[in-house]
Amino acid sequence: MNRLSWFNVTSLTLGFAFLYLPMVILVLYSFNESKLVTVWAGFSTKWYGELLQNEAFLDAAWVTIKVAVISSTFATVLGTMAAYVLVRGGRFLGRTLFSGMIYAPLVMPEVITGLSLLLLFIGIGLDRGVLTIVLAHTTFSMCYVSVVVSSRLMTFDRSLEEAALDLGCSSFDAFRLVTLPIIAPAVISGWLLAFTLSLDDLVIASFTAGPSATTLPIKIFSAVRLGVSPEINALSTIMIGIVTVGVISASLISKRNSLRQQRDEQAAARTA
Amino acid sequence: MQRFVLIAIPYAWLLALFLIPFVIVFKISLSDIALAIPPYTPTLGDGVGPFFSALDFENFAFLASDDLYWKAYISSLRIAAISTILTLLVGYPIAYAMARAPEEWRPTLMMLVILPFWTSFLIRVYAWMGILSQEGFLNQFLLWAGLIDAPLTILNTTTAVYIGIVYTYVPFMILPIFAALDRLDGSLIEAAEDLGCSRLQAFWLVTIPLSKNGIIAGSFLVFIPALGEFVIPSLLGGSGTLMIGKVLWEEFFNNRDWPVASAVAVILLLILIIPIVLFQRNQQRQAEEEA
Repeated sequence: MNRLSWFNVTSLTLGFAFLYLPMVILVLYSFNESKLVTVWAGFSTKWYGELLQNEAFLDAAWVTIKVAVISSTFATVLGTMAAYVLVRGGRFLGRTLFSGMIYAPLVMPEVITGLSLLLLFIGIGLDRGVLTIVLAHTTFSMCYVSVVVSSRLMTFDRSLEEAALDLGCSSFDAFRLVTLPIIAPAVISGWLLAFTLSLDDLVIASFTAGPSATTLPIKIFSAVRLGVSPEINALSTIMIGIVTVGVISASLISKRNSLRQQRDEQAAARTA
Repeated sequence: MQRFVLIAIPYAWLLALFLIPFVIVFKISLSDIALAIPPYTPTLGDGVGPFFSALDFENFAFLASDDLYWKAYISSLRIAAISTILTLLVGYPIAYAMARAPEEWRPTLMMLVILPFWTSFLIRVYAWMGILSQEGFLNQFLLWAGLIDAPLTILNTTTAVYIGIVYTYVPFMILPIFAALDRLDGSLIEAAEDLGCSRLQAFWLVTIPLSKNGIIAGSFLVFIPALGEFVIPSLLGGSGTLMIGKVLWEEFFNNRDWPVASAVAVILLLILIIPIVLFQRNQQRQAEEEA
């Protein structure tokens, strides 16, 4: 049962080759000497050098990171509140509408979300810039955060909270001292998800960004429309590298934490 | 009081930045284009009376009369449906092999499927531009292998759009199917084989029906976003590929016709409601079955 048949080995090999080869090729060609992206002319890191001198890209990268940090932080706070309301809030007026508004942005085409937000910003006379991108990103990523956090809230033992309340905690203290530490991993992964969504977003940012603020995806998109360029390959390689290191270290940390927790539990069981 | 504040803040945020913008889109889809900023009339500034009397269905009549929009909607539906089937055909064997892999491999395999999802969507689509172009990697490889004599034109065709959608959305197909297959009791297949089924029959009569929920969930997760896709058709599809997300974008940014762009958005939303409701129902039924 546990030995893989040749068919399964083939589909795993082909499947993962399909998922990873395009990115491997992209990374390889970022070290290509030639301006012609498809002709190999020897190893070189000159495109990385040119990238670092490209002020427009650096400015856009700075705006993107700023927007991502601010919007994912707001989204985490709002999304966690929304999740708490959905799971623990009981009945209140307009609950169906509320949960609809949490789930709808997840399936909404980005072009529609972007268009509608832009029309709102123009309607209320808000100048497009960093602020409008942050508002837009916060709105759609808080929904993702709330889905992640509410699935954690649903599975945890409510009697812990009740015990804290019985022992004299105010409901805010019970949340801060009991609930929050337990759901913290979900809140952190919600933040990371919101951060990458914001970093990644082209369509909504294109609608809500003004001339004063351009994000990296917008810059990349307008460069890429004219064709493949080695500078963009270099930039992509850097971004892929950061994500890979980030995801692998995050999974190692969470693995170490769960091992430590297991050890602690075993130690506690022994002393008891 | 605390509870009220807790509910009110996210509620008010979503009302202001999600629901009201939709109402505005709907309103503008019923307005006339004007050469002003914002380029539509009437605005609420003119008062409520003229505001409502000036609304009409002209933009929708325009959409219905112009072939372009019909074709774009139909072609989006077709592209989304075909790429969903292709994604299923690519994703199912991968999910199946993952579920059959030794237990200690599975978390790593899962991570390998999720990892591309964390890298930029734009970059993953861009990667294919260099592979599919006339002098791109794929053509060079096929020429070198002697399989073709002249480079194929793949980039800027619908084929490239299919490849792009399958590539970027295949993790959404793999994960729910893997979840269904992972729970599948292996002894059921053994029983079927003991009772005289061939391996293929057992797969067809036992494995497929028992992973049905994963297949349905995965298909919706691919079909719904593919329908409104913008980046993939505009980078890989060229001018020949009509998709509604691209039409909306061009109507808004190139033609600056906001009322028509809004009308396109309203109709896209109406088309999407059907698969979204079906998907929700399916998820609910599944949750009930498990409970």
